[in-house]
Amino acid sequence: MTTITANPSYRLDLTSSPHLHSRWSTKQAMWLVIAALIPSVVSALIYFGISQILIIFVCIFFAMGTEALIKFIRKREISILDGSAAITGLLLALILPPGFSPVFAAVGSVVAIGVGKEVFGGLGYNIFNPALVGRAFLQAAFPVQMTTWKINNYNIDSVTTATPLSMLKFDGKSTAFGNLFMGNINGSLGETSALAILIGGIALVIVGVVNYRVPLAMILGLMLFGGVFWLVDPVKFSSPVFHLFAGGFLFGAFFMATDWVTSPITAKGMWIYGLMISLIIIMVRLFGGLPEGVMYAILLMNAFVPLINRYTRPRIFGVKK
Amino acid sequence: MSIFSSFKTFRGGVHPPEFKELTRDQSFEIMPDPKRVILPLRQHIGKDAKPLVKKGVEVKAGEIIAESDGFISSPVFSPVNGKVISVGKETNSSGFPKEAIVIETNGSTDTQKLEKLEFSTVTGAEIIERVKHAGIVGQGGAAFPTFVKLTPNKDRIIDYIILNGCECEPYLTRDERLMLDRSHDVVSGLLLMMKALELKKGYIGVEDNKPEAIEALQKAAAPFSEIELAVVRTKYPQGAEKMLIKAVTGREVPPGKLPLDVGVVIQNIGTAVAVYDSVVKGEPQITASVTVSGLGLNNPKNLIVKVGTPLADVLEFCGGAKENAKRVIVGGPMMGFAQYDFSAPIMKATSGILVLTEDEINTHEQTPCLKCGMCVEVCPLNLIPTKLARYSQLDKTEEAENLGISVCMECGTCTYTCPANIPLVQWIRLGKQRVNQMNSEKKTA
Ligand code: SF4
Ligand code: SF4
Repeated sequence: MTTITANPSYRLDLTSSPHLHSRWSTKQAMWLVIAALIPSVVSALIYFGISQILIIFVCIFFAMGTEALIKFIRKREISILDGSAAITGLLLALILPPGFSPVFAAVGSVVAIGVGKEVFGGLGYNIFNPALVGRAFLQAAFPVQMTTWKINNYNIDSVTTATPLSMLKFDGKSTAFGNLFMGNINGSLGETSALAILIGGIALVIVGVVNYRVPLAMILGLMLFGGVFWLVDPVKFSSPVFHLFAGGFLFGAFFMATDWVTSPITAKGMWIYGLMISLIIIMVRLFGGLPEGVMYAILLMNAFVPLINRYTRPRIFGVKK
Repeated sequence: MSIFSSFKTFRGGVHPPEFKELTRDQSFEIMPDPKRVILPLRQHIGKDAKPLVKKGVEVKAGEIIAESDGFISSPVFSPVNGKVISVGKETNSSGFPKEAIVIETNGSTDTQKLEKLEFSTVTGAEIIERVKHAGIVGQGGAAFPTFVKLTPNKDRIIDYIILNGCECEPYLTRDERLMLDRSHDVVSGLLLMMKALELKKGYIGVEDNKPEAIEALQKAAAPFSEIELAVVRTKYPQGAEKMLIKAVTGREVPPGKLPLDVGVVIQNIGTAVAVYDSVVKGEPQITASVTVSGLGLNNPKNLIVKVGTPLADVLEFCGGAKENAKRVIVGGPMMGFAQYDFSAPIMKATSGILVLTEDEINTHEQTPCLKCGMCVEVCPLNLIPTKLARYSQLDKTEEAENLGISVCMECGTCTYTCPANIPLVQWIRLGKQRVNQMNSEKKTA
């Protein structure tokens, strides 16, 4: 027992209130995101072969390495253990085509961290989702490799390497929903299995790392905008449910658009941001020259986040509407 | 009496761990008089009381030793029998040196009382006079002299009085114990205040995590149709005045306004009991009911302590602090003050003393703001804490004011939540001071 005397005790600290803190920390939230991505990693390895683990490791290693190097050069504290660089690397790997060159993947990681994050001042200051910056760079630099798809191990019906969205866009062929949901289709490493994405994504929403509004707004928006066109002409336009499970939509909705730093902080802002992303995705997929638009839609809306935040400030309590 | 569950809760808020089980089941224990008591002349908001005693005189428990000075002020009574040993500067528990009277006790325990008034026949004016004379101050932390709130401007229209039984701060259970152990006196205190204010309707707002207190109040208030029990959702800061008024009446107090402006007077459970004691039992406010708790304390207790007892004596009485004690707080953990000088006394409005360990405080590394929006999500007043803190940090006072920094009630909900562990409310406090400074400079210029 310590006797408390009338003398000031220097063992005690005197920080001002509040004196309690929630269980949340930056580090913990980051590692939870990584944990939530494990089902998608597993689906990637099952569908495209255990060898794909190499791309994943390369991306994570180069992302963390780049961050450590830049922090070292700028003589800042090396913060790679906060997990955010590892997330960027992992996210990038999961949106690359299976069988992608590990060398190019490494380049993508360096760009993602260097250009996507550190140029802006590091964690918390970047405007664009770093993983998507890395992917956009690779898409521009290596367009052929970025659209060459390794065939899914379980994709027994098909010998083509096309993805469901490109089959639809260029050949007018649809894909069975069961396959879309389970993920035995062609596509980016972590994007094919809706099931795996939903397991991790919904878990993140439940524990509170991800706010439900952005994914929900995106899904409702996709149903709404996709649904309108489908109802107008169901022959020409495919159903919104197809769009929901095809391509990178769900992965984007749960893991990309929800990135804390690059998404809005107000409730109304989150709704607007999510709905707008889906509107752009539908426009690109239905009328654009590309089969997929998730990446561009999110990057474009990232740029509007500061504006959205500014114009969606909530009404202060007690102020009349 | 009627009871209703309110679903009109506010948006935002958090659920910190309660830690109420440490003391919830313990009735009040009466702590013996300490060797000496320190009585600050200002234990309330407003002007200091004026000392009526000189060094060396003998005083009796219950004897007035400092009288109120000006309208917003409150008298001080000696809580013990003994000798005045100094009239001068001491430190109070908000950390500021103030004038105080120190009395050395002589061991005798009999107390002088005021004349007892008859509950059923006492008039409103008599109640107000007694509450003023007995030195009753609000028990909600701000320690506003209670009689002032019972004598509002005649042209104000008041519809309701609400007794605040939320006790939304973690650890604290003294209001809960008062509602359980003294439910009849709580109700009677409310009826007295209603009489003073000439009101037909009084509410008691209780969070739904105190079912036993609700049951006790329900029984005690059963004969009185003018009292309504409002069961509100358990959530921090449900006990903040604005939040409780919203939950009970649906009214929102606008920024910069008072509950009175929406026709409501709000009082604490402890205040109701003190009002009852002063009127019916003739007791001036010389004791405080406090929760002494925390994982860093050996024997957590609910105590009735003489006002002026040094914190060190109270902690000692509760078995002292453990080896891993990290922080001592006067008040609740969300809005209370960290304390290092344990000679500081218990005040009329002290509600708790907590000894916390590292584990409970749960600090971790600070990182840059991640724009996660959690602070925006939880702020009960719909502010943008991250922006306000940032503006304050950058000394952008004007911008901060435009974003409503002065509206912030410093509940700490944002800081509690922030995963980047940014001291948001601490920055905001600083920003608010700067705004005040800026505005007073503007006025004088
Ligand atoms: S301290 Fe102020 S800004 Fe923070 S949550 Fe409370 S009212 Fe909002
Ligand atoms: S909770 Fe903290 S990290 Fe999140 S937006 Fe607010 S200040 Fe930034």
